[in-house]
Amino acid sequence: MPGLEDLYREIILDHYRNPRNRGELTSPPALRVEGFNPLCGDEVVVYLDVDGDRIDDVRINGQGCSISQSSASMMSSAVKGKSLDEARKLIRAFKSLMSIHEQRLDGDGQPVDEPIAPEPGVALGDLEALQGVVKFPVRIKCATLSWNTLAQGLDEAENGAG
Amino acid sequence: MALDVTRVKKDFPLLDREVHGRRLVYLDSASSSQKPRAVLDAMDDVYETHYANTHRGVYAIAEEATAAYEGARGKLARFIGAAADRELIFTKNVTEAINLVAHSWARHNLGEGDAILLSEMEHHANLVPWLMLREERGVELRYLPVTDDGHLDVNDLDRLVDGVKLVSITAMSNVLGTLTPVREVADAAHAAGALLLVDAAQYVPHLPTDVAALGCDFLGFTGHKMLGPTGIGCLWGRESLLESMPAFLGGGEMIRDVRLDGWEPTEIPWKFEAGTQPIAEAIGLGAAVDYLEALGMRDVRAHEIALAGYALRTLKERYGDDITIFGPPDPNDRGGVISFTFRDVHPHDISQVLDESGVCVRAGHHCAKPLMRRLGVGATARASLYVYNDEADVDALADALQSVSDLFAR
Ligand SMILES: Cc1ncc(COP(=O)(O)O)c(C=O)c1O
Repeated sequence: MPGLEDLYREIILDHYRNPRNRGELTSPPALRVEGFNPLCGDEVVVYLDVDGDRIDDVRINGQGCSISQSSASMMSSAVKGKSLDEARKLIRAFKSLMSIHEQRLDGDGQPVDEPIAPEPGVALGDLEALQGVVKFPVRIKCATLSWNTLAQGLDEAENGAG
Repeated sequence: MALDVTRVKKDFPLLDREVHGRRLVYLDSASSSQKPRAVLDAMDDVYETHYANTHRGVYAIAEEATAAYEGARGKLARFIGAAADRELIFTKNVTEAINLVAHSWARHNLGEGDAILLSEMEHHANLVPWLMLREERGVELRYLPVTDDGHLDVNDLDRLVDGVKLVSITAMSNVLGTLTPVREVADAAHAAGALLLVDAAQYVPHLPTDVAALGCDFLGFTGHKMLGPTGIGCLWGRESLLESMPAFLGGGEMIRDVRLDGWEPTEIPWKFEAGTQPIAEAIGLGAAVDYLEALGMRDVRAHEIALAGYALRTLKERYGDDITIFGPPDPNDRGGVISFTFRDVHPHDISQVLDESGVCVRAGHHCAKPLMRRLGVGATARASLYVYNDEADVDALADALQSVSDLFAR
């Protein structure tokens, strides 16, 4: 039986109490993306300052539980200064850590559901502390909320640029 | 006579289990209640001894099944003081009951510019069907506000109800526990020429209910919150109204005649019960009514006033300003639904940590997002009480909150 210590690791509580990159960026020029967890009402706002291919700055706003807030805080530190491509790899690496599945077409064109594979060479650092969330399946959505919002932001950044 | 909760607890097999090595303390009955042995046995008995489709067979067990199903209808009708059994329609839950009124009565009677009066403290089940109707028909929606201490604000009732065709409000808030002045709203609605629909999902399970005394025209409730199974709920409506309304779903059972070029509906209540019904569930709900009546609904209410009072006092004494409890402070004005926030810990985290102590409370917006906005919070934790809860359960909640405090202390 997983215990609370698997979930509420010290580093998670630290990010929750002292969130990094908390606040807003003026939008525009910054991108502003909102994410909602309709089950619990949590919401996250991700601000991205994208210069060409690089995430120059990022801010996080919104409200949520310790897991969603700490995950967003760690994410903001991890993607700041990264290229869009690196950020995408990080998103996949994090989703893999969370045991998220994705649909893929197999050789016969049939959809198959499989876990996202780890990204070789991507270091998750502090984010590894969130691994315990996997043992509490209802909380996985809390941990991934900001990441899905970031992914949406990256899409918008690329579409805007292209 | 006061409820003998020690005995009541023994009637609920699930309450016997442990979670995380701790006694299970179930404080989420506003979401769904647990089921007594009598309900489980009644449903087993249907399937083991007289199960068949209802209203369709002439053989013995089909007659028995039909009699048991219609018997359950009678129990439910009497339980809420209906004038006749045929005023009681079985639905899937209260959500379907409200949608039935929205589709049948409202789509038949309301159009562009007609107004409906709701309140700010409604469950999404009593908001979304009307928002849909607004999109489809251009009806106008008005809302009774909520006061700062969580009462329904009826100061402006006469002005708001003027020109309205339908009023639809909750009898008891699933977030604040607030009991609303249904009779006063009914009188104002009728004076304005409007009908009143009452969402009694949180009321019928906890208080003696008499639709005549409430003065409403429709009343919906849901079986799984009153010791019954899921998949069964009820809509009560005044007979003449139900007679005047078009059918809702079409199919078997609800017809008098079908030709290739037309159909005629049968009489109420079956007109609104298309297709094979949840037979065992209806009978199980009938058994739940028997169980509640044996306890006595007056005693159920007295127990909950006392226990809610104890909970409000205990939590405040232990945690003072660290806990914010929403809703009316006087237990006589409310049911045993206690929504709270604790320090600045998110309700999700509260619920998660309480679970470790075996204490089940709900966290979130409780399907009442407009009310959460009004309260200025994104989410609350909610402990809710029922016949099988006692002071020891409240103490377990209060004790477990200490671990929340310890873990998230700054
Ligand atoms: C006041 C109120 N109305 C409606 C509902 C919806 O009940 P159901 O999901 O059984 O239809 C609930 C419970 O969730 C409720 O508390």
